[in-house]
Amino acid sequence: MSELHISISAQPIFNLGPYEVTNTMLVSLAVSLVLVLLALNFLRLLKKNPQTRFVVVIQTLIESFYDYVLSIAPHHARKFFALTASIFLFVLLGSWAGLLPGAETIGLNRVYRGQVEFVPFLRGATADLNMTLGLAIFVMVSIQLYGYKQLGLKYFKKFFNLTNPMNMFVGFLELISEFAKVISFAFRLFGNIFAGEVLLAVIAFLIPVVASLPFIGLELFVGFIQALVFASLALVFANLAVTSHH
Amino acid sequence: MEGSNDLVVGLTIAIGGFGPAIAIGLIVSKALESIGRNPEAAAKIQTVMILGVAFAEAIAIYSLVTALILKFV
Repeated sequence: MSELHISISAQPIFNLGPYEVTNTMLVSLAVSLVLVLLALNFLRLLKKNPQTRFVVVIQTLIESFYDYVLSIAPHHARKFFALTASIFLFVLLGSWAGLLPGAETIGLNRVYRGQVEFVPFLRGATADLNMTLGLAIFVMVSIQLYGYKQLGLKYFKKFFNLTNPMNMFVGFLELISEFAKVISFAFRLFGNIFAGEVLLAVIAFLIPVVASLPFIGLELFVGFIQALVFASLALVFANLAVTSHH
Repeated sequence: MEGSNDLVVGLTIAIGGFGPAIAIGLIVSKALESIGRNPEAAAKIQTVMILGVAFAEAIAIYSLVTALILKFV
């Protein structure tokens, strides 16, 4: 089993001064770049000629996601659409990037922490706990901001309610559950995508040809579902935060 | 941890997978029941069902992550 290459954390490809640039950082930058280029191209074509096939396809995708947002948060769809749609697209492409041919397989041997290690150039952007934890913290902080913007200081009454001991206890639980949500968000996404990569590595190790093909299909589905789950949960929590209680 | 052997790793994911397996079974059986009662709502039920399955699956994923950390770190 010595040939089986599995690393639970992202590995640095090169050092930029004191910082280590890891393979997931490169992939997430590439994914962001692709999304930005797609958006710019879409905008340019939309102004020039809205009947192009590219424009129609992108519009259909965006519209169907908007309908989905509308079905969950009917009153605040416009407000939450930008956040959830960008999270959905980024997580989707970030997870699928790990399934590209050459990802996790093409790389170089590098001396790392005193021993020679194989470092692949590409690794799924969301198969890194730092990335998913960062996304989760960003989402939870923006949810608090949405709640504060909508309800003002009344929003924080959910957490600090001193009217009676029972409410105080419930508020304390609410406060803990906000932090638990961050952990839950981060581990769900990381676990699913990383488990998929381990599964693919193990299958390819056991049977090198053809056998991993159906599993790649499975991982495409898992990547889509997890992106959808991440975005929907962010949407549901945001919708709960802006809804006044009692 | 140096002391964690293969048995511990195997048991972690085996016991951790037990609950979510039952949960997913219950979710899907209830969803199928309601689709049988009201076939027009199939698309809506399916979306919610997949969300629920993903939630239940997350618990198994936690123990999988624990098992992987025990094994490889």
